[in-house]
Amino acid sequence: MLMMIGFYAMIGKRNLVKKIIGMNLFQTAIILFFVSTAAKRGGTLPIIEHAHGHGAHAIEATAYINPLPHVLMLTAIVVMVSTLGVALAIVIAIYKRHNTLEEDEILRQQK
Amino acid sequence: MIPQSPVLVVVIPLIFSFLNLLFGWFRRGLCYPITLVALALSFLASLHTLNIVITSGTIHYYLGGWNPPWGIEYVVDHLNAFVLAIISFVSLVVGVYSRRSVEQELPDKTVFFYTVFLLQVTGLLGIVITGDVFNLYVFLEIASLAGYALITIGEDGAAVASFRYVIMGTIGACFYLLGVGYLYMATGSLNMTDLAQLLPNLYGSKVILVGFAFFMLGVAIKMALFPLHVWLPDAYTYAPSTVSALLAPLMTKVGAYVMIRILFTVFGPEFSIEIFHVTDILAWFGTFAILFGGIMALSQTDFKRMVCYIIVAEIGYIVGGIGVANPTAIKGAIFHILNDAFMTACLFVVAGMVMYKTKGHNISDFRGVFRKMPFTATIFMVVALAVIGVPPTCGFFSKWYLLLGGIEAKHWGFVIALLLSTLINAALFFRVIDKGLYLHASEHTGLHSEPRYDEAPLSMLIPGFIIAIAIILIGIFNQAILRNIIEFAVPSGL
Repeated sequence: MLMMIGFYAMIGKRNLVKKIIGMNLFQTAIILFFVSTAAKRGGTLPIIEHAHGHGAHAIEATAYINPLPHVLMLTAIVVMVSTLGVALAIVIAIYKRHNTLEEDEILRQQK
Repeated sequence: MIPQSPVLVVVIPLIFSFLNLLFGWFRRGLCYPITLVALALSFLASLHTLNIVITSGTIHYYLGGWNPPWGIEYVVDHLNAFVLAIISFVSLVVGVYSRRSVEQELPDKTVFFYTVFLLQVTGLLGIVITGDVFNLYVFLEIASLAGYALITIGEDGAAVASFRYVIMGTIGACFYLLGVGYLYMATGSLNMTDLAQLLPNLYGSKVILVGFAFFMLGVAIKMALFPLHVWLPDAYTYAPSTVSALLAPLMTKVGAYVMIRILFTVFGPEFSIEIFHVTDILAWFGTFAILFGGIMALSQTDFKRMVCYIIVAEIGYIVGGIGVANPTAIKGAIFHILNDAFMTACLFVVAGMVMYKTKGHNISDFRGVFRKMPFTATIFMVVALAVIGVPPTCGFFSKWYLLLGGIEAKHWGFVIALLLSTLINAALFFRVIDKGLYLHASEHTGLHSEPRYDEAPLSMLIPGFIIAIAIILIGIFNQAILRNIIEFAVPSGL
């Protein structure tokens, strides 16, 4: 649902900054989707309590929620933020050149 | 034998890009040598890797010593090593070529340009070498972001073109990430070889099908497959000439490589061909891409834009070859990855040289240029013959294999599209050559009869010559390349 809202914003809105927000929304929705696959009913946080090297007990893996999607999504969040940075820098360049951030204006100026 | 050579190929440009930023702050003149050293070392490492793969088979390199499927694994087989060598060679040649062009077009941004250039090369190399689907996403985004930044510093329409590319490219990458997510949910693994073993049991599941669909869409956007190619003409036309010469040959071919990996290595040939029939659809998309690219290219007045539409058509060749999916056609498609990378790089190098002298890239700017720049004209002739497909240049041989594969599979649409596109390419290039060589009476504005020789600088000419000679050599030695590398790169089980 979130994905579709973001997707619509990217395509349907004419202001460039709104498109960027839509893109961000789309990517965040994907990240949430991934993270949601990690949850388990009755699972707890994946942190092992005893000190490092204290004793090598076997760990009951099924009691903890899956930490791998969380880790992957940390990377994806970094990617999302850098894409946001690059997109905003490009928008600054566009504004300096065209003095507007509406797509119709820009296309008209380019003709 | 250096065991770390697969990792060195990727890590050297990465480290050197940071060194570039560091040293470039103090002495701007150091950027160009640092970049060249990085690219040369990376090229040597990739040749070494190719050598190891040819002599002893697939390399499995575990990053950090963690065994798969928990750690990230770099799997270098023949297809990988081949594309790695192509990318590092083309980026080295474009790096040598870039100096004058960057001086002229981007005088105050040299340090940043070369830093992002090296990051872009890192991203491209990483996409090709990795054996882990999520690692591929990370490198895909590195390459894409560097590409967006490099395109933006071009001419007047560059920022808007780059913005459009950002939106479309991000959608593509996000679809790819969704595909990875669906596969991970169903199998619990991110390693390509592991997935190849786990997936055959799950071929009927809807989750896998949706994941596959998202993968294909994401890669198709990145690859500029018709009809998702819309970002390509604007982005590569308005970018600085060096950036076009770097990105245009490599970015789309890397996308084609990812498609081959997903279709045949991760998902297995039976799935792609028989169960899901995706290759039939791809063959038709390839056919339409060829026709569409050719027709649009005919109507362009801007040289770089025309070349961009030629790229769309060439991607159509490769995807059509994958879609036809018999061993001959796939051999042709993989060989065409090599050829098209070189041909496109050469075309944009020529465009850059003409732009250096005439400050424009319209076809009308080519007026009389070939009389003043005979060496550029020679290079252009060679690459024009290659795109049209005249022996002994490489373009003929890859078209030959594609045609043979299409006839074998009785896919007449593809065969007709290939033949038509040969005619269209001939028309396109003869138009440019005509403009460049002959001065028609109607345009004679009192030019003197002696053309002054006003050739492009040597640091731009030599890379152009290297690529042109390589195009001819690849054509002459095509059997050696095919027998030693490509035969093994064709996925088994077809």
